[in-house]
Formats: sequence, structure tokens, C-alpha cells
Amino acid sequence: MRNPLISVENLAKRFPEPSGKGELTVFDDIWFTIEEGEFVCIIGHSGCGKSTILNALAGLDEASSGVIIIDGQAISGPSLDRAVIFQGHALMPWMSALENIRLAVTSRFPEWSKAQVQDQCEKYLRMVHLDGAHDKKPAQLSGGMKQRVGIARALAIEPQILLMDEPFSALDALTRGSLQDELMGICKSTKQTTFMITHDVDEALLLADKILLMTNGPNARVAEIVVNTLPENRSRDSLHKHEQYYPLRNHLIEFLVTRSRELASEAEGALDGRQTKVVRLDETKPETVTNSEPAPLRAVNE
Amino acid sequence: MKPTLPLTARAALLSFILFGATVLVWQLAIESSTGTAPNMDPELAALLGPQAKGQSAFPAPMAIFDELVRHVTDPFYDAGPNDKGIGIQLAYSIGRVALGFGAAALVAIPFGFVIGMSPLFYKALDPFFQLLKPISPLAWMPLALYTIKDSNSSAIFVIFICSLWPMLINTAFGVGAVRREYLNVAKTLELGPFRTAWKVILPAAAPTIVTGMRISIGIAWLVIVAAEMLVGGTGIGYFVWNEWNNLSITNVIAAILFIGFIGMVLDQLMGRVQAAVAYAD
Ligand SMILES: Nc1ncnc2c1ncn2[C@@H]1O[C@H](COP(=O)(O)OP(=O)(O)O)[C@@H](O)[C@H]1O
Ligand SMILES: [Mg+2]
Repeated sequence: MRNPLISVENLAKRFPEPSGKGELTVFDDIWFTIEEGEFVCIIGHSGCGKSTILNALAGLDEASSGVIIIDGQAISGPSLDRAVIFQGHALMPWMSALENIRLAVTSRFPEWSKAQVQDQCEKYLRMVHLDGAHDKKPAQLSGGMKQRVGIARALAIEPQILLMDEPFSALDALTRGSLQDELMGICKSTKQTTFMITHDVDEALLLADKILLMTNGPNARVAEIVVNTLPENRSRDSLHKHEQYYPLRNHLIEFLVTRSRELASEAEGALDGRQTKVVRLDETKPETVTNSEPAPLRAVNE
Repeated sequence: MKPTLPLTARAALLSFILFGATVLVWQLAIESSTGTAPNMDPELAALLGPQAKGQSAFPAPMAIFDELVRHVTDPFYDAGPNDKGIGIQLAYSIGRVALGFGAAALVAIPFGFVIGMSPLFYKALDPFFQLLKPISPLAWMPLALYTIKDSNSSAIFVIFICSLWPMLINTAFGVGAVRREYLNVAKTLELGPFRTAWKVILPAAAPTIVTGMRISIGIAWLVIVAAEMLVGGTGIGYFVWNEWNNLSITNVIAAILFIGFIGMVLDQLMGRVQAAVAYAD
């Protein structure tokens, strides 16, 4: 078996208690992998540490222990190989849409000529259907358009991995729907490896190949990995017509409503991060994956 | 319904009426105070000059207007150390403000940048700023005269000191308050410290920095008049003091109007810069 592109091994985040003594464990014993070209969503209640995991993947935040291995290398900071789409669009408000993208493109391809940079910026603005908004400042754009610029900025650097923190949660349902469709089209056609946080079960079912379910914090864990067994050619309109849709949806919702809480209150040993349960609803018995032995690097980080 | 003028036009009309009324009352007040003074000691009357005859030494608006016209039509004459055109005096003052303010900006903006980037520096230096900020800049004058031993440089130094704090404090604050999001974008784009400072932090903090500059130049223009009254020689502050010694109230008032006008222009210029760097969130 070939190695996955991303391997998260024994990740934990702890903060000192405000009282000064002891530590608060946000999450612990997190193990998962992402294959090249895979779209992975993570679902869990607020505060369980999803953003912290994503920031660790981005290299913006350091975990308290554990390693993240990408392409066989433990990551040690942010990189242009990993693009982040932030929850708030995080566009520079003093720059136009085009300038925001240009900042990213010139950083990624410093050797490019002005014309090449311009072509790249325009290509990605066109890809998110913002050809007419080159010179508009973020304040002049609607919420959906701002997030499109954010997507264009992230994709224009042609990242190895795309990281998204609830990218559509601030948008109205219609805008969110059309952006999901576009994102799906782009990610499918470019086989973009993607890790995304979402609160929206349907969004996860539409976009993800597999869905990580996190128990409630503190001391959160990845309880199980649900494989999305809906057909590859699914679309937003036809999602609910597949026989697997309701079982999957109910499974996710049941997890969010009851099991995420129950599992969190169970004894610490109830879940083993290295043997995270993989759930396929089209089969009868769930299989488990055993993650590879921890890399020697782990000892250094602990 | 009555037709109404746009707000700007109505405001302009009102300004004009207020101006006219003030000038009229002023003129009437001066005319009514003209008369004969009752039984005054002749020696005292000789000393007091025109006031003894019941005439006010306070000039009428028209006299000031004539004086303003004279200054504006011949601003750059130079008839010795105590008689220079108002243009020359204003140029001295503006030059000192430009030097003091410019030097302060060169120090305050880079230094404020460093302080703003480092929470440690920010916390460590804050007590000093809090202590130094409320000191009247003129209180530094004796110290400056003693150490620099040159009145012109001392005046510039006082301008430097008074311009320094608002720019330093605003720059440090603006840089420290740059949104974490923008810095995270800079990090994920691997911009490096120099490009992050130039492309992200500076434009993000620019409105706060320029606000500090606007406050500074306002204070500098207030202080230069007082500083020049102290050190003498040249400048609009010295001009005012000199005209007071000559008992030429007309010239004092004319100078006051010029000081106000230049102050307004400086503020408007900084306002332009402020508008240029402003952004909507
Ligand atoms: N500096 C900090 N000190 C203490 N706790 C923190 C700090 N930063 C984040 N946390 C805690 O970490 C937890 C995880 O936060 P986050 O990753 O944003 O959760 P999510 O994205 O899943 O909503 C939250 O419960 C939050 O209270
Ligand atoms: Mg979050």
C-alpha cells in the first residue's frame, strides 16, 4: 500500500487552565490520513477543536503533541503548498479582488512575468465567475463574491492541499448552494486534495469522499470515519434521490445530536485513535483501520 | 411646499450671514466707543495717545482688511531683522514645522512599527510614553537651548518632540491591532517579514498612522507660534510678539488670521492623505 499524502498522527492540543494549575485538553489521540485527490470533511460541535486541527495542518498553529506528515515530511510551518480558505474571507480590504489574488500568485511564482501573473489571476477570477469584479474592493462585493475571491486566491497558487474552515457558513442558502456546486466541479476536475470543516451535513455528503466525526470537547476524539457511498456523479439536486442518502444523513445527524455527546462522556479508553472505526453504510459490518506505526519523529514531538 | 436649497448651499449662506453680522457688530462697537474722554489728566492723556481721545486702539474690520491686502500683495519684502514680509515669517515657521515633523515621522513610524510588532516592547515602553506624552513641549525648551545652544535648532527640536508622541503611539497601536486574519494570510503565502510589513501591516495600519500624523501636525503648528515667541528672531510667532511690542494690534490680528489659515491648510492636506489610505472593512 502506498503512503497517504497526509498523515495526522497522535495529534493533541492542550491549553493551561485559566486557574493556572493543570491543563485543558481540547483534543487528543487524533489519527487520520488523507489520500492524494481525496476530499475529506470534518464535522463536530463548536469548540471541539476543528479549526485548531485545520490551523495545525496549515502550519499556523502548533499542536501540543503529535505530528503531521505530508509527502513523508513532518510539517514545521505554513507553506504555499497548502492554501487556506478562511471562514471570514480574510481578503485585504485595501486591495481590489485582482490585487488580492495577485499577491498570492506573485508569492507562489516569483519568477513569472507580469503578463503571466495577470493571466493566472484572470483565469481564476473567471473560474469563480467574477470576470467583471477585477477592480472592486472587498467592501463593494457581496458575501458570496468575497468568498469566491477567497477561493480564487487559494486555487490560483495551485496548492497541493486545499484547507477550508467553514467557507460557506456565513452565506445565505442560495449562494451557498451555487458555490458548493462550483467548488465540487473545480475539485473534481483538478483532483484537488481538500480538507474542509463544515457544520452542514448535506454539504459534507455532497462534497466529501469521507467524513470525520468528532466527539464534543473538551478532550475530543475522532469517533469514526464515514465513507461517503453516494455515487461519484452526485449533484445537489439529485442528492436525496439516492438510496444511501437518508441512511447516511440520519447517521450523521444522529451522531451530532446524541452520540457526539455520549461518546464524549464515556471513559477515555472507549475510543482508540489508532483504530478509528471506518463506517460504510452499504456494508453490514464496519471495518477498522490500523494506522501505521508512529513515525520515530513522534518521540521528538512529545 | 417651499423650495429648499441643498444643505451645502444653506450652510454656506448661513456662514456668510454669521461672518457679515460679526463684522458689522465689530464695526459698530468701535464707532460707538469713539467720543471725548471726560476730564483726564493731560499727562496721562499724552501717554495713552489715541485712547485718551476716547478712540479705541482696537482696529476696525476695514483696517484689518487693508492690512491683510497689504500683506498678501507684498508678502516677501525684507527690510531688516524686525521688518520682514509675513510670507517670509510664515515660510520660516512652516520650514521649522516641516523639519521637526519630518524628523519625528522618520523616527516614530519605524520605531512605532517595531514596538507594535512586539508585545514585550509595547508593554515595556508604555509607561515611558504615558509619562512623556503629557509634558508640554515648551518645557523641553530650556533643556534644548542648554544642550543644543542654538535657538533655531531648539525650536525645531521642540516641534520634533511634540510631533513624536502621537505618531509613535498611533503607529504602535495600529501595527499591534492588525487583524490576525491578515497576518495568517501573509504566513500561508510565505510573504516573509519584509513583504509582510510592506504589503500587509503598513497598509492595514496606515489609517491609524496617518491619524497620528494629522494630530501631530496640528499640535506642531500650535506649538511653533509659542516656541518662536520664546526664541525670537524669525517666524510667525516672533512676528506676533514683535507686533505686540509695537502695539500694532492690527498686525497681530492679521497674523492670527494667517496662522489659522495655514493651520487649516496643513490639516486639510493630512485629511487628503487620510482619505487616500482609508479602506472600508
Ligand atoms: N488560547 C486559548 N486558550 C484556551 N483555550 C483555547 C484557546 N484557543 C482556543 N481554545 C479552545 O480550544 C477549543 C477549540 O477551538 P476551535 O478549534 O476554534 O474549535 P472549533 O473550530 O471546532 O469550533 C475551544 O473550546 C476553545 O475554547
Ligand atoms: Mg472553528
